[in-house]
Amino acid sequence: MKALSSLLRSRETGILLALVILIVVTCTINPRFVFSTDGWRDLWITPSILLVLAVGESFVIITKSVDLSVGSIMGLTAFSIGMLSIAWPGLSPIMTFAVGIIIGGLLGFVNGALVAVAKVPGMVITLGTLYAFRGIDVAWAGSRRINASQLNPDLLALGTASIPGIRIPYITVIAVVIVVIAAWYLHNTRSGREFYAIGSAPQAAELYGLPTRSRMLASFIISGACAGLAGVLFAARYGTIASNAGSGYEMQAIGAAVIGGVAIVGGSGTVVGAAIGAFLLATINRALPILGIQDFWQKAVLGVLILGAIILDRVLADRRSRRLVAERLPQ
Amino acid sequence: MSDVTPTLELKGVSKRFGSVVALRDAELTLYSGSIHALIGENGAGKSTVVKIIAGLYQRDNGTFQMNGADVHFRTTAESKAAGIAVIYQEPTLFPDLSVTENIFMGRQPLKSLRRIDRGAMRAEVLSLMDRLGVNLDPDRPAARLSIADQQIIEIAKAISLDASVLIMDEPTAALSGVEVERLFAVARSLRDEGRALMFISHRFDEVFSLCDTVTVMRDGSYVATQPIAETNVNALVRQMVGRDVNELFPKTEAEIGEPVLEVEGLNCLGTFSDISFTVRSGEIVALAGLVGAGRSETARAVFGVDDYDSGSVKVSGQPLHKHSPRAAMAAGIALVPEDRRKQGLVIDATVSTNITDAIRSHLSSHGLISGKTESLTAREWAEALEVKCAALDTIAGNLSGGNQQKVVLAKWLATNPKVLIIDEPTRGIDVGTKSEVHRRMSDLAGKGMAILMISSELPEVLGMADRILVMHEGRITAEIPRSQANPESVMYAATHTIQELAA
Repeated sequence: MKALSSLLRSRETGILLALVILIVVTCTINPRFVFSTDGWRDLWITPSILLVLAVGESFVIITKSVDLSVGSIMGLTAFSIGMLSIAWPGLSPIMTFAVGIIIGGLLGFVNGALVAVAKVPGMVITLGTLYAFRGIDVAWAGSRRINASQLNPDLLALGTASIPGIRIPYITVIAVVIVVIAAWYLHNTRSGREFYAIGSAPQAAELYGLPTRSRMLASFIISGACAGLAGVLFAARYGTIASNAGSGYEMQAIGAAVIGGVAIVGGSGTVVGAAIGAFLLATINRALPILGIQDFWQKAVLGVLILGAIILDRVLADRRSRRLVAERLPQ
Repeated sequence: MSDVTPTLELKGVSKRFGSVVALRDAELTLYSGSIHALIGENGAGKSTVVKIIAGLYQRDNGTFQMNGADVHFRTTAESKAAGIAVIYQEPTLFPDLSVTENIFMGRQPLKSLRRIDRGAMRAEVLSLMDRLGVNLDPDRPAARLSIADQQIIEIAKAISLDASVLIMDEPTAALSGVEVERLFAVARSLRDEGRALMFISHRFDEVFSLCDTVTVMRDGSYVATQPIAETNVNALVRQMVGRDVNELFPKTEAEIGEPVLEVEGLNCLGTFSDISFTVRSGEIVALAGLVGAGRSETARAVFGVDDYDSGSVKVSGQPLHKHSPRAAMAAGIALVPEDRRKQGLVIDATVSTNITDAIRSHLSSHGLISGKTESLTAREWAEALEVKCAALDTIAGNLSGGNQQKVVLAKWLATNPKVLIIDEPTRGIDVGTKSEVHRRMSDLAGKGMAILMISSELPEVLGMADRILVMHEGRITAEIPRSQANPESVMYAATHTIQELAA
């Protein structure tokens, strides 16, 4: 009973409900939103890349930091594997994924190492690498554009194919697998729980003897690796990679995590919440034109959503804190 | 005892931070089945010793042995692995995580696939809580727990770690009465299980009731170790300060005048109710009670930091706007808060900035503050209160606790207040400075100031106050004049409701 009521009251359930309502309402206006080949496919594939980014970003935010460079890492990785495909046309998709994840992880390592060594907040470091990584990308790519014809056909096929029958795109399957692994890890392992402890009270974690530095470093590597994977998924899905690939995704990733209940002050939230948040963000973008809201308003709606989520967090935190104080008082 | 191998032994340990010598020659020997007190003035190096044992600092010289073997801890994780549990002055909990997770963080029981075994973890917490005789929900987050409950979690952590050495750095500083007794009962049972305990405290009554051996430190050096039965308070104080402290509570009689602060029927739902009292000029009124009785909250409401639901506050007969510290300051109230580091000081700012903080607007001309005026004013107050610091541009956070308290006092005295509310005036302050703060309060009352003092230390309450108001669960349960006050009457009122007292 207790488990059931806490499941029903959880943030994840609330945000999932919002997502379902959004889909149902949009669907009653235009059934093709879900019940058409393209609609069904877009419903699943649109949030996939953001899903992966939001998972990585959640690790960093839970550890009480923030990674602003994920969009740039994603872009730089996408361009790198594009160039790699041109140099070795026979490179298998699996190898491409591996290389993308490694490149992203290395860029994440740069972030984490700078944060650990310079002892400067992650927000400042990754603001720097946001521009630095993008700068490298732009300098390297120039006005070049990698086209579908230059990419490995197997990779491109993976980017558009779906599971036969239920027709869920493979890209979505990959993203969901990442969410499940990350959720399992954060919930069930000692090291996973330490991310929460460090984010909840960094100084206490230090006194307690938790490996704060290596966890901090790990969170940035995981975030980078996820962004690298997102870069490969981007290449597979769109087939065209220019130097601006992935720009602006960092804010969406942070927004998704925050909407999904990953508190920006660290120490709480789940990657499942962040994933549902990503789903909601991406789906709203598609739903707004159908609901009759002009394109111009889309960004504002997203902004209101993020503010709403933060205010909701605040209200819930206040309520919880009052309840906890009340529990303490003698009856 | 000398032929038994000590559980933990430090000899000739020294530690420098840059040019500052924190420890010269520390010595400490802990035996299993014993509770050892480590006492000394602030700055004597007690906390440095704790941090060296905990692996937070590394010693520069000297030997450190456990059970006869040399050890050298580079991290807190290493000392923990060696069986040392440390309860720091500030609890080290993770507010977002559950009580259970807090106790087992980093060493949760595992089942297959290295998964955390939540069931086993919870069961063990329940049995720990049972053993400690407390009723804490293992699933609630650690956020918003009372300080006493936080300490209980720290102790549960230490017990579940099965530590052979348990070190407690002023665990009772924020506790009182019942909670201290509960803590001591646990400490004694741990001792009887054959663990070695070390206890740091500024309260002599606790040292004498709990410990069997005492080590005194002064200025970073070892002074003496002796069985508690062979010493007494005066001897210990002499060893700590290197001189006699004549009067612990130099209270002088002051002429009591007109009411200055009048509080009528103050209510705040869930925090305090029906609070009425007056403080007259020249009078020191103590607000006594257990931690969490609503004393600090009352003070904060009177000063306007927090809002209240109903009631009134008057200063010299003039009603005061509620929820406005600015109005309270203008009316002549000053509040020296409980938490110096967080609320009393701007910890990263200089001494002179801190002293002039509350009188900024008077010092400025055309909105600008001249550094010269600021430092002149600051010097005047720093000298008046004998703040010991190298220069007025020393960072406040680097001063000792006693000197920090003097800076906070100086800041508020500079506003020339009529009413001084002072919350735990001597918490964490060493004996020498303590009596200095007390003398200062006595002088201020002598000059006609009305003082409301909140204190959890009974000797301080009994020694300083003209009148004692005792609070219990948000209500004033007793008002006791100085002549009738004794430890029993105050503690009785602090632990019983009005109905129980009337019955």
